[in-house]
Amino acid sequence: MTGHDHDHHHHDHDHSELSETELRVRALETILTEKGYVDPAALDLLIETYETKVGPRNGARVVARAWSDPAFRARLLEDATPAIGELGYAGRQGEHIVAVENTPRLHNMVVCTLCSCYPWPVLGLPPVWYKSAPFRSKAVKDPRGVLADFGFAVPDSTEIRVWDSTAEIRYFVLPMRPAGTEGWSEQRLADLVTRDSMIGTGLPKQPHEVA
Amino acid sequence: MPLDPQAALDATRTVPGIPRDADGPVFREPWEAQAFAMALALHARGLFSWNEWAAALAQEIKRAQAAGDADTGETYYRHWLATLERLIADKGVATTATLHRYRDAWDHAADRTPHGSPIVLMPEDFAS
Repeated sequence: MTGHDHDHHHHDHDHSELSETELRVRALETILTEKGYVDPAALDLLIETYETKVGPRNGARVVARAWSDPAFRARLLEDATPAIGELGYAGRQGEHIVAVENTPRLHNMVVCTLCSCYPWPVLGLPPVWYKSAPFRSKAVKDPRGVLADFGFAVPDSTEIRVWDSTAEIRYFVLPMRPAGTEGWSEQRLADLVTRDSMIGTGLPKQPHEVA
Repeated sequence: MPLDPQAALDATRTVPGIPRDADGPVFREPWEAQAFAMALALHARGLFSWNEWAAALAQEIKRAQAAGDADTGETYYRHWLATLERLIADKGVATTATLHRYRDAWDHAADRTPHGSPIVLMPEDFAS
């Protein structure tokens, strides 16, 4: 399944969803911006500093467990929702999470983080730059180019697959375990897992970066 | 006063109850961080002092508790958002009616935006 197999644009649930609270927050931000009370760029910059403070970054623990425990990894790839549930993280009702695994031959990237489809209980705060329309369209058309823009050169021999969430399915990327981490505890491994590595726009940190 | 983590930390020292860890505030959902950042920006603009904000927030929490809110901490930022809306109306920045009109416009924008596309507010969203 590529995520584009079916034309979900005629699906009943295929418009964007914003919760009542999100609507009120957006209304406020728009009004305050129009009246010159706030600068959205300054807000985004501040919010970005809390990247690791939204949600408990549960995804990092999920990834670290998958790296350490082959049976858990198998369950995660088979059906991520109950596997993540084992660690005590429940998504919203009706939400189905799919883990896609990076290998030396395949790199995965998730593009839809724009509304309530973004699985923040697992991944934390979405990157601010995801809001930009050019990013998303370029990610779909030229994922290799987008990754290069992030300073991340994917070898030509590696296929890149782009996953676009639907209203019911949210994706997250299981990155490759960095070399040189043999014998590491799950706790230490979790420190290597970045949000960007779980949406496929970056790689986990290298061991020397967390020493 | 710049909009930065130091300003955020200052807010947590004056306003009671802001969920935080050793470094500063923590958030459960992205919108909470947005609501927090907006209050910080308005404070930086001098729209209110943190003492004034704390009093308005306490009033909002009292009102919610009277209406049956258990106030377990889960709802802290709901009260925060309600306080923002109230102060903005009280200070004459925008009326409650304007807030509703923009809320409805965003709802309209979300409805017409295909899943996965950025939701952008357009003039026609205000028409319906």
